[in-house]
Amino acid sequence: MNIIVCAKQVVDVAEIKVDSSTKKPILVGVPKKISDMDKNACEEAIKIKEKLGGKITVVTVGAPDAKERIKELLAMGADEAVLVTPPEKADYHVIAHLLAGAIKKLGAYDIIICGEASIDMFSGQMGPRIAGLLNIPQITYAQQVTVEQNKVVSEKNLGEKSVTIESSYPVLLTMTKESNQPRLPSLMAILASSSKPIHEWSASDVSTGTLHPKVHTMDIKGIPMQRKNIIYQEDLDSSIGKLVDELAKVGVLR
Amino acid sequence: MVLVYSDEKKLTLELLHKASDLGKELHKKVIAVLIGSEDAAKEYLEHGADVVIVVETGLHQFKAEEYSSILQSIMKEHKNEVVLIGSNKNGKELAGRLAAKLDAGCVMDCIKVYMHEGKLTTERVVYSGNAIAVEQFSSSPQIVTIPSKVFDPLPKNPDHKGEIIKKKIDAEQSSSKILKIQEMKSEGVNVEEATIIVSCGRGFKKKEDIKLVSELADVLKGRTVGCSRPIAADLKWLSEDHWIGLSGHKVKPKLYVACGISGQIQHIAGMRDSGVIVAINKDPEALIFKSADYGIVGDLYEVLPKLTTAIKEKIG
Repeated sequence: MNIIVCAKQVVDVAEIKVDSSTKKPILVGVPKKISDMDKNACEEAIKIKEKLGGKITVVTVGAPDAKERIKELLAMGADEAVLVTPPEKADYHVIAHLLAGAIKKLGAYDIIICGEASIDMFSGQMGPRIAGLLNIPQITYAQQVTVEQNKVVSEKNLGEKSVTIESSYPVLLTMTKESNQPRLPSLMAILASSSKPIHEWSASDVSTGTLHPKVHTMDIKGIPMQRKNIIYQEDLDSSIGKLVDELAKVGVLR
Repeated sequence: MVLVYSDEKKLTLELLHKASDLGKELHKKVIAVLIGSEDAAKEYLEHGADVVIVVETGLHQFKAEEYSSILQSIMKEHKNEVVLIGSNKNGKELAGRLAAKLDAGCVMDCIKVYMHEGKLTTERVVYSGNAIAVEQFSSSPQIVTIPSKVFDPLPKNPDHKGEIIKKKIDAEQSSSKILKIQEMKSEGVNVEEATIIVSCGRGFKKKEDIKLVSELADVLKGRTVGCSRPIAADLKWLSEDHWIGLSGHKVKPKLYVACGISGQIQHIAGMRDSGVIVAINKDPEALIFKSADYGIVGDLYEVLPKLTTAIKEKIG
């Protein structure tokens, strides 16, 4: 099995602070990590390799410092990685072409696994885009994945419904956060990962012609959150009394 | 042309409002697409569509591979510049695949869509609810997905006339097979429609204790219980239809009471548009208090029964 895992380095959204005057997020200096669901993707790839054998290649489009983060996936159990440097201006269209181009350059592939979305932008279009560009079937929001030599069966979790889908290879899956529990690598595995190769490719290595974004980010605005922040922390009975009076006054107890 | 598609009728009606605004501004017709069934065609015309294309196809179940090829073929014929797709899970994977097939830009989960300096501009919540990205398309076609309840449907206008076109399209066949479709375990709760929600989080020690929350919800006449991620996704004490947050449901009740919820930004993203927010947490430093109008610092096992009694007395 040739298994591809698409992974993105993101800022750790739980560590983002908001500038109290502009309400804008402060993105400088925020620690970076591999997006959570991409770790689920890597975990699923490892399980598939454990059952059917094969090779796991991580493909990332990102800045050179993503190399450090990719090592975590190699320590988990991926065999090698490719890091593609994007052009200065890139959107989902550009990055999907780079990822698909890198996958094609790697040669034969059976399963491509992505996270359902990245935790920073939470768009969820990269997986379907790559499947579209490669013209292969896609199973999104995958859970309960069962692989066999010639086919995969997976549930697609739609919240109120679950759709069980079977596909031959090649196929692309996107994993949810609940789909599995990404393993923590052992110290030995972490040490061993440093000898696994990370190939660094440029955009022109994986695509012909210049890719131009179709969508441009004009601004990242803050979200004003104006709440009263009245906190009662005195004696419980009087706190509750005040709260109930206040709720009645603002008219939500009718 | 402005094209509208969702597999949910209600969401399609909401999108038609935005589509007809954009259609007027751009002097373009609005086309709504129905795949498989023509039941809603007349209603779509009355809510702003100029043309409804009813696609006759042998397909009975949604597959992004096949539905994207249907939309692609309609777009080829009608030269659609703007495509609005309902942002549910099917809609998002459809939009992403369609965007790749057309080499088009795509912005998901937009909360605002408008023309600015002649360009289609969108706003969407990013960084886990901490910011809004303002993005602009530089080329056509332009694909935008919009979640439910961002727009209200236009009032029904029986005088708004249009055309219903039935069309046979041979979609590209996907090699994948749907083996079965199963309804998930659900308690029939619709948090998105609720006007009062009482929610529980990790502050609860065991499943049975959630009754403290439903008792409060009952006296508030909201009767709707919500929860944060761990309760639905990890502990599975409640079904996923109760789950409020970035990956769960987004709600805007007039009153939201968060009990034993720490206030991770993912949860805030699901309830930040609520009218009045009340938080109960024993940790005075809990993040949830920053997003609350009113807070009580205390042990929820002590606070909730007392609060339930006090509210019962107040409203009788």
